[in-house]
Amino acid sequence: MKRSFIAKNPSVLIFLAILALFTLLITVMSEGFGVGGISTSFIKTLGKTLCLCLIALAMDVIWGYTGILSLGHFAFFGLGGYMIGMWLMYERTRLIVVDSLAQAEIPPTDGEVIDAIGNQIFGVVGSSDFPLIWAFADSLMIQLMLVVLVPGLLALVFGWLAFRSRVTGVYLSILTQAMTLALALYLFQNDSGLRGNNGLSGLQNLPGVTASQDHVSLWFFWASAAALGGGYVLCAWLVSGKFGSVLRAIRDNEARVRFLGYSVEMYKLVIFTLTACIAAIAGALYYPQAGIINPAEIAPIASIYLAVWVAIGGRGRLYGAVIGAAFVSLLSTWFTGGQAPDINLGFYTIKWVDWWLVLLGLSFVLVTLFAPKGIGGLIDIFTDRRAAKEAKQ
Amino acid sequence: MRQYLLAGLAVLAACLISPDRSSAQDAAIQPILQDHQALIVKSSRKTIAPVIEAVASSGLPQAQTVLEVWAAKNMWQRKEDGLFFIGERIDSKTYALIDFDSGEAVGEFVKKDLKQIKPNSGIRALIGTALVQFQLSDPNTEARRAALLSIERDPEASLLAPLRASIEGEPNAELKAQKQRLERLLTIGYDTNEAARLTAISDMSGDLGVDVRATLNPLLTTTREVALGAVPNGVNVAQVLQPGQDDFDVITAYNLLVDKGLAPALHTADDVRLALGEHIDGGSVGGVPVAQLNTEPARLKAYAALAEAGAVPAYVGDNAINTPLETHVFFEAYVEPSQVVTDAAAQALKDIELKVGLNQTLDLTLDALSLASIYFLAAIGLAITFGVMGVINMAHGEFIMMGAYTGYVVQQLIPDHTVSIIVAIPTAFAVTFAAGVAMERLVIRWLQARPLETLLATFGISIALQQLAKNIFGTQARPLTAPGWLDGAWAMNDVVSISYIRIAIFILALIFLGVFLYIMKRTRLGLETRAVTQNPRMAASMGINPDKVNMLTFGLGSGIAGIAGVAIGLFAKVTSELGSDYIVQSFMTVVVGGVGNIWGTLAGAAMIGFLQKGIEWMNPSNTLAAQTYMIIFIIIFIQFRPRGIIALKGRAAGD
Repeated sequence: MKRSFIAKNPSVLIFLAILALFTLLITVMSEGFGVGGISTSFIKTLGKTLCLCLIALAMDVIWGYTGILSLGHFAFFGLGGYMIGMWLMYERTRLIVVDSLAQAEIPPTDGEVIDAIGNQIFGVVGSSDFPLIWAFADSLMIQLMLVVLVPGLLALVFGWLAFRSRVTGVYLSILTQAMTLALALYLFQNDSGLRGNNGLSGLQNLPGVTASQDHVSLWFFWASAAALGGGYVLCAWLVSGKFGSVLRAIRDNEARVRFLGYSVEMYKLVIFTLTACIAAIAGALYYPQAGIINPAEIAPIASIYLAVWVAIGGRGRLYGAVIGAAFVSLLSTWFTGGQAPDINLGFYTIKWVDWWLVLLGLSFVLVTLFAPKGIGGLIDIFTDRRAAKEAKQ
Repeated sequence: MRQYLLAGLAVLAACLISPDRSSAQDAAIQPILQDHQALIVKSSRKTIAPVIEAVASSGLPQAQTVLEVWAAKNMWQRKEDGLFFIGERIDSKTYALIDFDSGEAVGEFVKKDLKQIKPNSGIRALIGTALVQFQLSDPNTEARRAALLSIERDPEASLLAPLRASIEGEPNAELKAQKQRLERLLTIGYDTNEAARLTAISDMSGDLGVDVRATLNPLLTTTREVALGAVPNGVNVAQVLQPGQDDFDVITAYNLLVDKGLAPALHTADDVRLALGEHIDGGSVGGVPVAQLNTEPARLKAYAALAEAGAVPAYVGDNAINTPLETHVFFEAYVEPSQVVTDAAAQALKDIELKVGLNQTLDLTLDALSLASIYFLAAIGLAITFGVMGVINMAHGEFIMMGAYTGYVVQQLIPDHTVSIIVAIPTAFAVTFAAGVAMERLVIRWLQARPLETLLATFGISIALQQLAKNIFGTQARPLTAPGWLDGAWAMNDVVSISYIRIAIFILALIFLGVFLYIMKRTRLGLETRAVTQNPRMAASMGINPDKVNMLTFGLGSGIAGIAGVAIGLFAKVTSELGSDYIVQSFMTVVVGGVGNIWGTLAGAAMIGFLQKGIEWMNPSNTLAAQTYMIIFIIIFIQFRPRGIIALKGRAAGD
């Protein structure tokens, strides 16, 4: 019997409805378009959280559904951010340079403008020439395409190499971790062409847009919400069809799927590249809200946190990844931002800024040991009970 | 030259007769000083040289005292008769005078009756040079050594003669050799006799010392010169340059002409823009509207118009370059005028470079070996837990860190470094063994069939431990000081050297290898571990308790990580991130080498160590790039040998 997409994925409608309601609520409460009450910086935090939810979705598809524990997806996230950051930085610097050169008596030539932009951008790393990789930085359209193409290509090449030689399980995890470490180390160099450990900055300012950050932050918030909604539908569609069945089969018994005649490597490669692209889009939306990107963002630890979110949220279910990412990253912001009240034990004061990571690490161990389904398991208990009740009637 | 020789002989004579000071009293130095009274009082750098010369070459034992006192501004002149004395301050107004020749006090005098001789710094430098000849023959060994050092630091032509003179009388064999070596080097640099220099160069060629290269290199310094027509005679030409070839492009050539004043400077785009800006006339420059000046050709057109009107000098652009380049010849000339010497020096340097290259390879090998042993140390514990038990322990790095911090704490309690290290090693083992056993009991045992979850759970522990260390010890680096006898380095020559700590770590790695092999192959625990690894259920039915064996094996791997932590802490900074710096490399080592095989780990560590040093050697300024390329290489390497260098075969390979 062929069932409709929605019937197979009841969570999609619920999720989209909740997301829409949430977006509406935040818009109404915002300072830019609504009655106020939620600060612009908090809207940015929420917008960034939505992006993190999106990459968590990608992580869930690759890990929860396909069983490939990639510890390198933040590399794609960061690359996406770098690609859009290049255009944002180039264009903004260009406007500033053109503005300041307009004061001069003689109008500047094109060469002078480009030289001045190069000086502005690369002065901090002691250079002034544009590296080759900035060739398309002046074109928004091309950079937007590169947001998907560059990380996608990296994932394709890396995945092809890794899957072809049948690297699986923990070996693959370590290899992906090595990949993101290599990329981070490479970007840390001053002559990598992406400003070394200074990274790209000032990304929160949209070039040519005079609107205040109150408005810009909301635009990005909407875009992030739309991307998350779209990503959710896409992922749900991917995992619920025949393609999804093969993915789950690979997770459960790779050898058997291969013997059935499926090209396991191909499936893995497709899903690895696809999730890398989703991660890259999430990154391209995240960093304009964060305002700055530097190589530390893609250090191996970031990708491991991603796995932590998905595990705590409950892997193998899409809403679990979203809940986990939102819950843990917001909690993390709350604790490390110094907003959480310290606990005074008399002989020692627990400062959450210091102890949050200890708590996170230990609770992560506990979740792995005692609640492998994560927070999503709680929802299961609820729906199972309802299903049981319906069955009784 | 002859003068110096004479001076040297005089010094020799002086030092020969110096033990017999009383007899020297017959000859007095005061008359010599009196002969030059006017010049001494005048104290001018330009005229003082003969005076110093006269004193130094007087052959009198007092000469050294006079020069020292003079340089120290302690020489006073008695106004009534113009005689010079050593002045000793009694109080602000009264000075006691001591005679140079007799060494006896002549009485106390009021300051206003005396005149202090205050040589300026230029004169003091001259005196210093003159004094070197005395110091080179000083009876005190340390003084002679100091004098040699000072010559080595800033060699000078005038020091050659006294140095030569002092060699023969040198009683200390070591110092004598040092003097002879220095004499050769000074000869290369400063001797006026070409043949002597050539001999010296050939004597020193093949010597690896940095000082030899430092002496030879300046001989080969070149300057870029330009001449009209042909190369002038009497110039020691290193190379004739063709503009536009190699790194000598036309612009560089032209700028050389400009520097020598042989051609007008090129107009840069900036020059043109500034000139145009100065001549804006009613919204246009030279007939071109200002708004149109945003391209290079338009600007040049406007400038040409201005030049025609005589407002600015004619434009000198790329088209003006070629003509002067054709009429001039460019060449690199040695500063050193003698061609024979420069040829010999170049040849000697070439020989030396070859030898240096060979020695550098040796040095690099030692470096790589030491890096490999560090990786081996960091990875061996992992090789046990991951390789033998198949358990991924992401907290392995934190066990290394724990070991290093244990070493630090022990050092706080026991101040003696040697004792504290001896205590720290077993303590670190005990601490991390306990932590490993606890972790195995509480976490890993429950996740046995789920390797990915083990990875994540141990990672949670790693986060918690790292932050815990930060909370306890703070974020700043803590010192773990090596005992004094491990300080310094074992230097074979100026090129090859390796620090004792690294040798110690290498030996430690060897010991670990031996201990590991012994435990695995010769003890009951090793036998049981291998049995449990191959087939836990079969092992259990043979009366082995797999739980206990797993616990002990994991504890052993963790304990070894702790000891490695102490060793790594000795040369790296002890911070909470110490472990995470090594964890990826450690996993790489195990994976590249081949899981489940200690020889594989050894091979992996050697490969990664040598690879990293090799890449660093190709691009020494950039260790980050070296690590990047190494990881990329490893990713590709895994393509060809997915199971590592030494892959297990047959039943031992498991799946």
